[in-house]
Amino acid sequence: MMETAVKNSFDSGDTAWVLMCSALVMLMTPGLAFFYGGLVKRKNVLGVLMQCFIILAALSIQWVLFGYSLSFAPGKGFWGGFGWFGLNGVGLEPYADYSATIPHQAFMIFQLMFAIITPALIIGAFAERMKFSAFLIFTLLWATFVYDPIAHWVWGVGGWLKNLGTLDFAGGTVVHINAGIAALVTALIVGKRTCYDKYSSPPHNLPFTVLGAALLWFGWFGFNAGSALGANGLAVNAFVVTNTSAAAAALAWALLDWKFNGNPTMLGTVSGAVAGLVAITPAAGFVGVGASIAIGVLVSVFCFIAVGFVKHRVGYDDSLDAFGIHGIGGIWGALATGLFAAKSINSAGADGFFFGNPKQLWIQLLAVVVTIVYTFITTYIIYKLVDKFIGVRVTGKDEAMGLDLTQHNERAYTMLE
Amino acid sequence: MKLIIAIIQPHRLEQVKEQLYSAEVNLITVNEVLGHGRQKGIDEVYRGFKETGNLMRKIRLEIAVNDNFVEPTVNAIMKGAQSGEMGDGKIFVLPLESCIRIRTGERGWIAIG
Repeated sequence: MMETAVKNSFDSGDTAWVLMCSALVMLMTPGLAFFYGGLVKRKNVLGVLMQCFIILAALSIQWVLFGYSLSFAPGKGFWGGFGWFGLNGVGLEPYADYSATIPHQAFMIFQLMFAIITPALIIGAFAERMKFSAFLIFTLLWATFVYDPIAHWVWGVGGWLKNLGTLDFAGGTVVHINAGIAALVTALIVGKRTCYDKYSSPPHNLPFTVLGAALLWFGWFGFNAGSALGANGLAVNAFVVTNTSAAAAALAWALLDWKFNGNPTMLGTVSGAVAGLVAITPAAGFVGVGASIAIGVLVSVFCFIAVGFVKHRVGYDDSLDAFGIHGIGGIWGALATGLFAAKSINSAGADGFFFGNPKQLWIQLLAVVVTIVYTFITTYIIYKLVDKFIGVRVTGKDEAMGLDLTQHNERAYTMLE
Repeated sequence: MKLIIAIIQPHRLEQVKEQLYSAEVNLITVNEVLGHGRQKGIDEVYRGFKETGNLMRKIRLEIAVNDNFVEPTVNAIMKGAQSGEMGDGKIFVLPLESCIRIRTGERGWIAIG
């Protein structure tokens, strides 16, 4: 029977784990939608949920058609090329260069979930003022020309950053720095929300934000522990340090709030948890528990300063702090991996600065700088192109009425029954 | 006939209702409203960003009464809502030109009670 032939070539425990983790990471995007949705005004909440949800749909198609091929087909070039177009050659047998114990399509679907959440993270920067049509085209172009090449460089067979020895366990560089920098660029060029300087805009539903953060934390076990691509000790290590870092960062942010803003805030605590998850992402398969506490505490310090002081001093409107948390947290995580990585945790990794290998820190720094420069420039070009042909920003009148009504003809909450 | 409008603290509503019932005032309309008085609202902090002058939640009562019920109603609201702290609220007494009971079409003082 064909089934037995297939069964022999992969490990059922590993395959079950990776499929389960794919589902966990899928849930992160709706979780992110609620995390962001709670932070915007009530007239824009559907706009944010819709942007996240449509990415789930659009990127799923992009990925099986050509996104996976561009990212992961072997090749030393700019990207992987179209050799695996339409999943041609991506079957149910393992592809040993990525994962010898699970079907190739399991690896593909797991990676899809990362490709989905990365552009969704950027939404936080331009929330409440981007035209839906422009958003959709911007996102597809960004996924194709920014995410796919960088995923190839860092993770793909033949990728040049991978060959240099960059450590990125679950996507600190590819996902978080990448999305964070794109967020900064779009926030800078789309401009502030109208009345941003004059009037306050408190979150319309913080319990949504807490629910979203909880779903993100839950899904992140799939993100990081799943990146071991097997049900093994490495997955357990990633699971443990992920939880520890999130916890340390949540506590640290709450204490910082208490000390500097008078009270520990719910928003601060969940922001800290997410920052801790971001920072441990590249390191999860290379560091131990002690390091994960340091990574978590320090990411909250850096992000607390970035969103509480730097943003207002510099004066850009990164509305939901996509750069302040994912960009800053991602950069710290990538560098921290170069500091704390240890071969005693993962023999396939490398030793970091504190384990006698300062060179690893420079390799990490190079990957960070390359990602920042490439993403900054390419995101700028894509934005300008979309702006020229469609116009990115909604009209002042539409912004005042809210995206729910003007972009989708719907309202999230009725005033009367 | 008078229309009494009172702005009170939300957590005082139950006590005010109790006092109104014991003064035999049984007809009230209640709204949730936002506002602030001389203390100019409250500060909220979101990711370290302080937002000043936010409006506070209050309860707004509307009670239409005949003239002999004005003082008992005002006293009942005072008793139920007064703590002596800033933010206890206000009571406004307005002349009421007409009152019509929709079910019967009755007009004037008889329609109030």
